[in-house]
Amino acid sequence: MCDQTFLAITFGPCDNCSQNKPLMNIYLKNEPINYCSLCVELMACQGLAKGETIHTLKAESETLKTKLEEERAKLHDVELHQVAEKIEALGQFVMKTRRTLKGHGNKVLCVDWCRDKRRIVSSSQDGKVIVWDAYTTNKEHAVTMPCTWVMACAYAPSGCAVACGGLDNKCSVYPLSLDKNENLAAKKKSVAMHTNYLSSCSFTNSDMQILTSSGDGTCALWDVESGQLLQSFHGHSADVLSLNLAPSETGNTFVSGGCDKKANVWDMRSGQNVQSFETHESDINSVKYYPSGDAFATGSDDATCRLYDLRADREVAIYSKESIIFGASSVDFSLSGRLLFAGYNDYTINVWDVLKGTRVAILFGHENRVSTVRVSPDGTAFCSGSWDNTLRIWA
Amino acid sequence: MARDMSDKEILKMELDQLKLEVNTPRTAVSTTAPEIIAFVEGKSAEDPLIKGVPEDKNPFKEKGGCIIT
Repeated sequence: MCDQTFLAITFGPCDNCSQNKPLMNIYLKNEPINYCSLCVELMACQGLAKGETIHTLKAESETLKTKLEEERAKLHDVELHQVAEKIEALGQFVMKTRRTLKGHGNKVLCVDWCRDKRRIVSSSQDGKVIVWDAYTTNKEHAVTMPCTWVMACAYAPSGCAVACGGLDNKCSVYPLSLDKNENLAAKKKSVAMHTNYLSSCSFTNSDMQILTSSGDGTCALWDVESGQLLQSFHGHSADVLSLNLAPSETGNTFVSGGCDKKANVWDMRSGQNVQSFETHESDINSVKYYPSGDAFATGSDDATCRLYDLRADREVAIYSKESIIFGASSVDFSLSGRLLFAGYNDYTINVWDVLKGTRVAILFGHENRVSTVRVSPDGTAFCSGSWDNTLRIWA
Repeated sequence: MARDMSDKEILKMELDQLKLEVNTPRTAVSTTAPEIIAFVEGKSAEDPLIKGVPEDKNPFKEKGGCIIT
């Protein structure tokens, strides 16, 4: 609610000092207050005192940030690409579109692979969530959500359900049935409730728990069966756009990135923010763990992708070029972690050599922004979804 | 939620977080970088997108001819 100040002059006793003086009728937070001009001045100064506290907090925050940077810089004794110089460069890349999945009526916003390596679920602005067989390009299931802009979708580890959500502020789980005639929407289960749009969702290692991130600045862990909130994660100061769970061997953490330019690493059990990185210059659109679990990559609107090492607690590589001026909307690693695929708003996908920091290929084909990029679970191909309403499988 | 918090509360939250982080244990990049590289080298041999997949084994290979279903 904004403060509205209207001024009209009347004469009478002041609410504050009770003296008869010309009053200024002021509305503070929609409440009418009658103060004399002296008391108004005093109140304005009080505002200043509050401002001072914000200043002291800011100053303390700045000193801590500098101290943190110093601590981190002490351990920055060598660059990743320097150590990687002795590795042989990658050969020429030949990757083409092998399949084009058409069927969405509007922008494709999110894509996820099933663990069986052949099924894909995708969601779109038109409210439809479609399950495809990537080998044959057939559509296996289609669900119409009650809202548009379904920004998040995820396949359950068992392959028996999909979760999706978007502008409806909820995450719903739909069990997939083998019977094609069955109405999937009837079996829908609403699991998560946020106070703003759902930006990303992911099942944990089982079908029973879902992790969600939202435009309300929080992430949350839910139990699918009961819909109960198990843990919530506060720490971002703006919309959270993306999250990714650590590979199962490395334990119970996940990373999230948001519009506050920060990437935070969280402990799922305690809800504690264990590490935070703020080197991007704009919104972080996508975060993805490195296959070993010791690092993660981010893609941002500042047209760069960056690699952060969790054990060294700092950024170790930037993937950018002067010629790339459009934001990166989505990133994913190849199976070994040698390649980073990034989809950009200039309709291309750039493939980066993670260790050397150089670009190895640009993939053209989409006719609008690439909104999402996902590598298949066995690493044989990757799928990209775009605002041109199609999905492409590259191999 | 972040949107409902005043600037002061957001700053307090950031401050508490920073205090925690200043004390986190860290390892030197000279140690972690070779480990990342070793991990990648080990797995690169098996990475289908790097070593390529022979056309006959590739499930996404182009299909020839028409399929009438």
